[in-house]
Amino acid sequence: MGSDRVVARFEIHSTRYLEPDGTPIEPLPAWSDDRDTLVDLYRAMVRTRTFDARAVALQRTGQLGTFASSLGQEAVAVGLGAAMQPEDVLVPSFREQGAQLWRGVTMTELLLYWGGDERGSDFAGPREDFPISVPVGSHASHAAGIAMAFQLRGEPRVAVCVVGDGATSKGDVYEALNFAGVRRLPMVLVVNDNQWAISVPRAVQTAATTLAQKAVAAGVPGEQVDGNDVIAVRTQVALAIERARSGEGPAVIEAVTYRLTDHTTSDDASRYRPPEEVTERWAHEPVVRLRSLLVARGWWGKDDEEGLTADCRADVEAAVDAYLHTPALPATSMFDHLHAELPAALAGQRAELEAAVARTDASAEGGHG
Amino acid sequence: MAELTMVEAIRTAMARAMADDPSVLVLGEDIGRDGGVFRATDGLLDRFGPDRVIDTPISEALFCGLAVGLGAQGFRPIVEFQFLGFLYPGLDQLINHASRLRNRTRGRLSCPTVVRSVWGGGIGAPEHHSEATEALMAHIPGLRVVLPSSPARAYGLLLAAIADPDPVVFLEPSRRYRSPREEVVDDGHPLPLDRCAVLRHGTDLTLVSWGATLGEVLEAADALAAEGVEAEVIDVSTVKPIDTGTILASVERTGRAVIVHEAARAGGIGAEIAAVLADEGLTSLLAPVARVTGYDTVIPLARLEHAYLPDVERILGAARRTMEYS
Repeated sequence: MGSDRVVARFEIHSTRYLEPDGTPIEPLPAWSDDRDTLVDLYRAMVRTRTFDARAVALQRTGQLGTFASSLGQEAVAVGLGAAMQPEDVLVPSFREQGAQLWRGVTMTELLLYWGGDERGSDFAGPREDFPISVPVGSHASHAAGIAMAFQLRGEPRVAVCVVGDGATSKGDVYEALNFAGVRRLPMVLVVNDNQWAISVPRAVQTAATTLAQKAVAAGVPGEQVDGNDVIAVRTQVALAIERARSGEGPAVIEAVTYRLTDHTTSDDASRYRPPEEVTERWAHEPVVRLRSLLVARGWWGKDDEEGLTADCRADVEAAVDAYLHTPALPATSMFDHLHAELPAALAGQRAELEAAVARTDASAEGGHG
Repeated sequence: MAELTMVEAIRTAMARAMADDPSVLVLGEDIGRDGGVFRATDGLLDRFGPDRVIDTPISEALFCGLAVGLGAQGFRPIVEFQFLGFLYPGLDQLINHASRLRNRTRGRLSCPTVVRSVWGGGIGAPEHHSEATEALMAHIPGLRVVLPSSPARAYGLLLAAIADPDPVVFLEPSRRYRSPREEVVDDGHPLPLDRCAVLRHGTDLTLVSWGATLGEVLEAADALAAEGVEAEVIDVSTVKPIDTGTILASVERTGRAVIVHEAARAGGIGAEIAAVLADEGLTSLLAPVARVTGYDTVIPLARLEHAYLPDVERILGAARRTMEYS
């Protein structure tokens, strides 16, 4: 028998600060002793949930395209958004509106995007943040490229990428992590592990015990947090970001959460998952969990809640109004940003479209006259 | 002034661009200490250092994705693929991200990258090394696809591609990498993208091609001249978007066109050019537009690839048949 020795070991840590009923697991991180900080997180989660519900309603009434709600996962996006600095860059998937709103993307922009208008990705706020990525996982390498740009310029900034659990089955995510590990890039990958990749559950995606351990193969530290505990998400993501900022390299954080609703408005989750599972998971959802802590600390009451509900509704309605009153771009705008300058060879097609639109307009006028 | 091979001209252009613009980087496999499998990046690591000449893991999708992130941050990455058959994992990045980042953000973010790849057959290389699938990429809105035919054109077109603010796929014919040599002036002057080059003037017939087959086309034009047929030879150079004006103007004078490309025929760039001639040049045509192309087969391995690639005889045959119409 030859030699047999252990040449590598790993362990994956998981962090939680709040029990599902909001009971704190002491000691809580020092930052959470500040009422305003915690209330801001709570407000952001409620605002996100209000926005999501209104967006779904708009879709159901034919006023919005397909939309991906983040119901039940607000703590992941809000927590990671709050962990970032303004100069960092967010490279989101398509369910991180909580982080985008935190960073200054407007509700109107998000509605424009899901309503079928490219201007929704021309964020007035975080100009360097990437737009929503609909293809799964292929944006992880963009974050690596952005992180590489920061590293090459010696800027203390971090690229934060978010992927879903399903994306960790893709080579793209591994390739990006592998490279980030080699070059110790300032990049943090947050895995929004909501248990379902549309209809394919976590157990059918991978045999790995955790998704965080997928980082280990790339030589990158990986850890889990309770993704329904915004204190845990913000704390651990911020630690990873600050390590990355100080040159200690990338990290993966798997935020374990649950998708309480359909994948998108085009999906019907009742086709593939039992209602009892969803009912049971409502007991773990993040908004009530944080509110319970706020109430227990005497930092939040009925009036606060009513005020917040009214504020969120007003914000969302103002955004909906702005979205619904934004006229579509002219059809020829599809040529405007294809290249920095329209190639001469495309001028003819642009003119062709312009003429087709003019004919349609003319016949519409004729029809009414 | 110097007589350079195409691969030397490409290296000279990259060195010039890197010297002139600190945002230009080179990424890829074996491009650092090894200098690239064809030595296109030889010496760049010593001259510009490991922050600008970056060996990556063998992750083809990754290089293209890195270019998207670096490009959005204001760098101008040049990504090298060793052979076109290995670029395909990167197509997802080119199609879903690089080509549309500008459009989908209304100009807020863009991707000024050059994806260089060795292209085409004729050097007896192993499987997957001889692809000519420029039409795949030419079909993608937002991508420019450029193919140089000579050292001097490679130098000028690559400089233009690097300076372009949008993604450019730059396909380098391996069969012309080492010969012929040509005088290349390293003056930093780009050649225009989106424009054909007329390599030979003629009045009787228009021969349209790009990349490596222009060698055979020019040879065929010499042979035709000996037969009393003066052929105009057009190097399309940028196969997306195509400068159809130059081609139409030539066919208006000659009335006859033969399109030559080594890629497979169906759905090739030749079909697009023939369609444009039918749409906009029909009244000038004295003969059907002919195509001499690779076959709609997988390009054979080394022993038979010569039978696949358009040769002078096939080009001459098509040209003579085209001249028979009156």
